Amino acid sequence: MRSYLVTRIWQSAVTLVGVSILVFVILRVVPGDPAKMLLPEGAPQSAVDELNRHLGLREPLWVQYGIFLRSVVRGDFGQSFQYRSPALRVVVERVPATIQLALTAMALTVLVGVSIGIVAAVRQGSAYDYAGTVLAVLGQSLPNFWLGIMLMLLFGVTLRWLPTSGFHGWQSLVLPSVTLAAFPTALVARLTRSSLLEILGQEYIRTGRAKGLGEPRVVLRHALKNATIPLLTVLGLQIGTLLGGAVITESIFAWPGMGKLVVDAIFFRDFPVVQTILILSATIFVVINLFVDLLYTVIDPRIRYG
Amino acid sequence: MSRLLRQPMIVAGGVLLVAVIVASAAAPWLVAADPIKPVFGQRLQPPRGLGGAAGHPLGTDNLGRDILARLLYGGRISLVLAASAVALAAGAGVVIGLAAGLVGGRLDALVMRLADVQLAFPVIMLAIAIVAVVGTSPAALVSVLALSGWVLYARTVRAAVLTIRRLDYVEAARTLGAGDLRVVAVHILPNTLAPILVLGSSQFATMVLLESGLSFLGLGLQPPQPSWGLMLAEGRDYLSNAWWLATVPGIAISLVVLGANLLGDGLRDLLDPRLRQ
Repeated sequence: MRSYLVTRIWQSAVTLVGVSILVFVILRVVPGDPAKMLLPEGAPQSAVDELNRHLGLREPLWVQYGIFLRSVVRGDFGQSFQYRSPALRVVVERVPATIQLALTAMALTVLVGVSIGIVAAVRQGSAYDYAGTVLAVLGQSLPNFWLGIMLMLLFGVTLRWLPTSGFHGWQSLVLPSVTLAAFPTALVARLTRSSLLEILGQEYIRTGRAKGLGEPRVVLRHALKNATIPLLTVLGLQIGTLLGGAVITESIFAWPGMGKLVVDAIFFRDFPVVQTILILSATIFVVINLFVDLLYTVIDPRIRYG
Repeated sequence: MSRLLRQPMIVAGGVLLVAVIVASAAAPWLVAADPIKPVFGQRLQPPRGLGGAAGHPLGTDNLGRDILARLLYGGRISLVLAASAVALAAGAGVVIGLAAGLVGGRLDALVMRLADVQLAFPVIMLAIAIVAVVGTSPAALVSVLALSGWVLYARTVRAAVLTIRRLDYVEAARTLGAGDLRVVAVHILPNTLAPILVLGSSQFATMVLLESGLSFLGLGLQPPQPSWGLMLAEGRDYLSNAWWLATVPGIAISLVVLGANLLGDGLRDLLDPRLRQ
């Protein structure tokens, strides 16, 4: 248990260092002259010199990386030129909106995806199974930016049931979260179905039925419990899909979160904000997946002692 | 081959993909209209059947350009970009995976950590950042897409190398004097071909989605190029009076992605012995 924990925490730490190196390379090494990029256009030469000194841009690369890493750890990501305040503060202000959207989408994914998967597995070969499969294939094939626009066209423009943009009450959450949830829901439905089918064919399930357990109890208590590990793994990895999908979904629905911020920041060439969002989202992903791996040990004792 | 044709998913996916590829490749022979030059006298005409003229079967866009022409020419660009990205990602991933599996040790550890780092970024955010720095040329776009895709192949090939190199027949080949290169070329690579094929066709779907997603956000192909993602973005402003502008390119993207997904799933069922009945 101890060694598994230590290994996973160590790996996550190494991954985060790798994340910082990658961001450093993309935003500081590739562009050639980062000072031009990190300052607003038309900045005076004195500002360029000052930034060069501050970031150590005349120093060897590894010294520059050291300076970069130290300021990142202290939470100093530079000044946003678009908002004229610290980049970290600009980003953190947008985090709650993205979390609200991502959590709603995640809840939809689990509820709808797992339910479809269970029904499809229990009634394998039935019309429900067939409909579930078609829905899942569609969910994985419709581009989320198109799905978003079509939902907007139907429920916003034509039927006028729901608002199509902005951030006013729960009604504005409906279309963006459905758009964001479509792809992971399809994935979870298929995965639930296939893991359940595999488990339902096992001996202990037959034993359970033989000793007279009702079908709901067999499926929900005995089979579903054993399908949780692959499900959790996939859900953990879907955090990336949700954060990435938020970029497009938030842009379509003008949702004031991190995803819309990063696209706007690119067009304003606001690189301090871009680098903050890159590092923050990668960190969220790594930490959540570490947490998922630690959850395994709670759910499955074999991992704890293995 | 006959076994291939008995798989409904492979047939359906293959037919869909081939139809779109052939139609895009034959664009200059199928439509006479210019996909780029604006015709201001013919703006926002509805598709035929909804009151539009026979000359423009899918209507015209906000600059009076024939939508069918833009769709077919756009397909050429999107499909070529996605295919190049898959080829580049698969090539790089296979080489990296082979090297990691065969050399082992530090190189292996380094590659696996790199893969973790890569997976920690939502692909689209990484792509956005890189495109923002290096620009939106098609070459940059292909590199970004490939960069997001190599990990899958590297992991698959590495795992295959680690399993296969310990099998008796590989040991036997070594005993008979086969060198590393021969073992890889004759014994290991052919055995990884099936999973690579499956990954490649599913990834083609992902690449089409990513490319059109980036173009939709304005970070991929640039106007006036006919790109499916770009057409969707342009159509978004005309939802209330010309809904077909955004609807048509989305259907095209969905069909290609659906085709590639079906093909990938079908191939997986066919090639994975564990799933075979």
